[in-house]
Amino acid sequence: MKDTNFDDQFVQAKDIKMSARGVQVFYGDNHAIKDVNVDIADNTVTAFIGPSGCGKSTFLRCLNRMNDTISSCRIQGLIAMDGQNIYAPKVDPVQLRAKVGMVFQKPNPFAKSIYDNIAYGPRIHGLAANKNDLDEIVEKSLRRGAIWDEVKDRLNEPGNGLSGGQQQRLCIARAIATAPEVLLMDEPCSALDPIATAQIEELIDELRSNYSVVIITHSMQQAARVSQKTAFFHLGNLVEHGETGQIFTNPQDPRTESYITGRIG
Amino acid sequence: MAFISGISRLKNETPDMRTRRRRRSELRLKAYGILAIAFALLALITLLGSVITKSVGAFTESYITLNVTIDAEKIDPTSDRDPKSIRRADFSGLTKGLLKNTFPHVTKRKEKRELYDLVSAGASFELANLVARDVSLVGQSPRFDFLASDTSDLYLKGEFGKLKQIPTHGQLTIQRTEAMVEISSSQDDFLNILKRINAGLVRKAKTMHIQAARHDNGVTEFVRRAAIATTDEARNENQTLARTHVAKRDQLLAQAQNLETLAATPRGSRSLSREDVSALLKLDGGWIKLTDVSANAATGEILMPLQGTKTQFDEWEMFLTDLPEISRKINDRQIVWLEHLDDLGAVKTVFNTRFFSAGDSREPELSGVWGAAVGTFWTMLVTFALAFPIGVLSAIYLEEFAPKNRITGFIEVNINNLAAVPSIVFGLLGLAVFLGVFGVPRSTPLAGGIVLALMTMPTIIIASRTAIRAVPPSIRDAALGVGASKLQASFHHVLPLAMPGMMTGSIIGMAQALGETAPLIMIGMVAFIVDVPTGITDSATVLPVQVYRWSDFPERAFEARTAAAICVLLAFLLIMNLAAILLRRRFERRW
Repeated sequence: MKDTNFDDQFVQAKDIKMSARGVQVFYGDNHAIKDVNVDIADNTVTAFIGPSGCGKSTFLRCLNRMNDTISSCRIQGLIAMDGQNIYAPKVDPVQLRAKVGMVFQKPNPFAKSIYDNIAYGPRIHGLAANKNDLDEIVEKSLRRGAIWDEVKDRLNEPGNGLSGGQQQRLCIARAIATAPEVLLMDEPCSALDPIATAQIEELIDELRSNYSVVIITHSMQQAARVSQKTAFFHLGNLVEHGETGQIFTNPQDPRTESYITGRIG
Repeated sequence: MAFISGISRLKNETPDMRTRRRRRSELRLKAYGILAIAFALLALITLLGSVITKSVGAFTESYITLNVTIDAEKIDPTSDRDPKSIRRADFSGLTKGLLKNTFPHVTKRKEKRELYDLVSAGASFELANLVARDVSLVGQSPRFDFLASDTSDLYLKGEFGKLKQIPTHGQLTIQRTEAMVEISSSQDDFLNILKRINAGLVRKAKTMHIQAARHDNGVTEFVRRAAIATTDEARNENQTLARTHVAKRDQLLAQAQNLETLAATPRGSRSLSREDVSALLKLDGGWIKLTDVSANAATGEILMPLQGTKTQFDEWEMFLTDLPEISRKINDRQIVWLEHLDDLGAVKTVFNTRFFSAGDSREPELSGVWGAAVGTFWTMLVTFALAFPIGVLSAIYLEEFAPKNRITGFIEVNINNLAAVPSIVFGLLGLAVFLGVFGVPRSTPLAGGIVLALMTMPTIIIASRTAIRAVPPSIRDAALGVGASKLQASFHHVLPLAMPGMMTGSIIGMAQALGETAPLIMIGMVAFIVDVPTGITDSATVLPVQVYRWSDFPERAFEARTAAAICVLLAFLLIMNLAAILLRRRFERRW
């Protein structure tokens, strides 16, 4: 591996937030991700598409080292954020996850109040000096999560009491609260109805101005609607990635074309 | 469809028939279920019913209320009214003197002892305490409730049967001769008693016939053996044996014959033995026990002197006891004394608060479960303080942090095995290791708590692991996703969600420990401990051990107390299980 070369390249490319080079992931003997190279641009929504089991989620979880919790998982290659290898020994995965927020497929608010759901991250990272600061962070995050108006009067009620769409926006707000630079979303709308999905999509579009967003989706339309860049995964390979418009209108690889037109997947 | 209908045609039945058959088997299964539940309920009701009915006697206690003169000369000879010396004074003598004065006719040594046995040995201590607390009572004669002894108490509660009144019609004439009285009635008032005695004679004769038949078998057997005997010696021996059996058989048959003839002449005179139920006459404030009866006349022994010197009585009462004197612990004289006290209105039965406030005692009437209950509390405290944190932390480690490898697998299997180890083994371990090696004081809640903690820990670990596993992984992901460390995710999010389940499991484990006897016996918690323990290093016993000990005591009154102690134990268990259910209801969360 020519690490130094990569580093040089990253430093020059200012608008690249994260990049992966030659990433291989193994679950035991199972080779889940095969030599993936991809750049994730700042202030952009990148969509990962591909059939089930193709490794999109696995790769996404590599970006904030969530795969560390799986003992059988081995990762090779290089993933860097702002030119820094995130798998370097001196990098603390806990700090990394504060900078690379994650939203999951199923809304999973903590069994705490709405306020505490948001305040938890800032609290453990010491982001707020006092109660006022914390209140401010909570309000700001909830506003960014486009849910403030709906919950401002019941901040002390449990987060589980909200509707599915509200819960998911709460989870996004929670991820924003730790002031991340990258937001990873693993099929954030799969458990939601179309109206809630539309709200989330709108929100994602707004978030783009502040964060680099990576979203996994099974919906071609959604990928086309929200993303600027798209990466197509198939059987652990990154088959193709580029501008969303180009991928959807003029795919280079026959597999991409088959998937987009619904012949595989 | 064609394929399926093909099968049904093959089996030669229509789909309709199949549906009916299926419905029938469903109904059958339902019926079996209901039957099983009904059986379980019945068993439970029977168990609770029998324990509760048996325990009823222990929840009341009897007192004999008398005016007692606190004699200043005897109790406080120095006249300094010092509570300490008063407490040491001879109140036992005072009580005895009071009883002697109440029944002045009791003069014989043995009878006196029987009289003193009416009240509990603890009564004079209570009197001493009362007077020591309130020294102004010295020289007064306050009314005092003397605690009845266990046998008196049992009699008053009807444990030895009540006196049954037999209707009388005639006029009674008595003739006093020394201690005995000749009695005659103008009617056949004693015929009832005679009938009972005759029935008893017939029963006795029947038993004799059965015994005789047994001897007869012996005769046949020895005659046979003599006939096939090969040596003279053996023949002689068997013949001798046959002869003795013949003699015994004939003797029994003759006796039975006598009894039957006697029973066949219904009006003849009979004597009442200790094996017959006692017949007691109450007249003119005194009591007479019949010793010989015929249909209209009797001889009696005066148990309690008559007030006047009258010889003719129109009003008199006759009683029969339920049990013969030989099969009850209280004799006729004591019954008469108690009945006399009852007639004076000096006997009362009240709710037994002592049972819930006293420690153990050799005297059933003085014993209570409080000591054992407090011992149980301390033991459970130690058990909980040790087993809960260790159990929960082990569960968290194994579930959240431990790598899944051969060693943790081995540990897991062994924890599950530990839950199945017989509890007495833990007792042995406690004896050998904690008492033997570490020198933990024996018979203490500390030692008991440690042993029970070992026993409870596997249950808590298993329950806690199940509770942790029930927390959805999405919660962990969420916590890790916002940058919580593994420890923070476990303690801030998983643990609170798993806590109700852990608590429920722990309470159930504790309830199991609460009922444990065997390991505590091994570490000496079976000792006789009167004092209520004040800490975890005082000698103590626990409720189940108390039940075990009382069940082993010969005094009849402990029977009810054993059942009552079981009720208390069951109440504890019920409360703990209720707490488990409430916790589950209160903190159950959906996610």
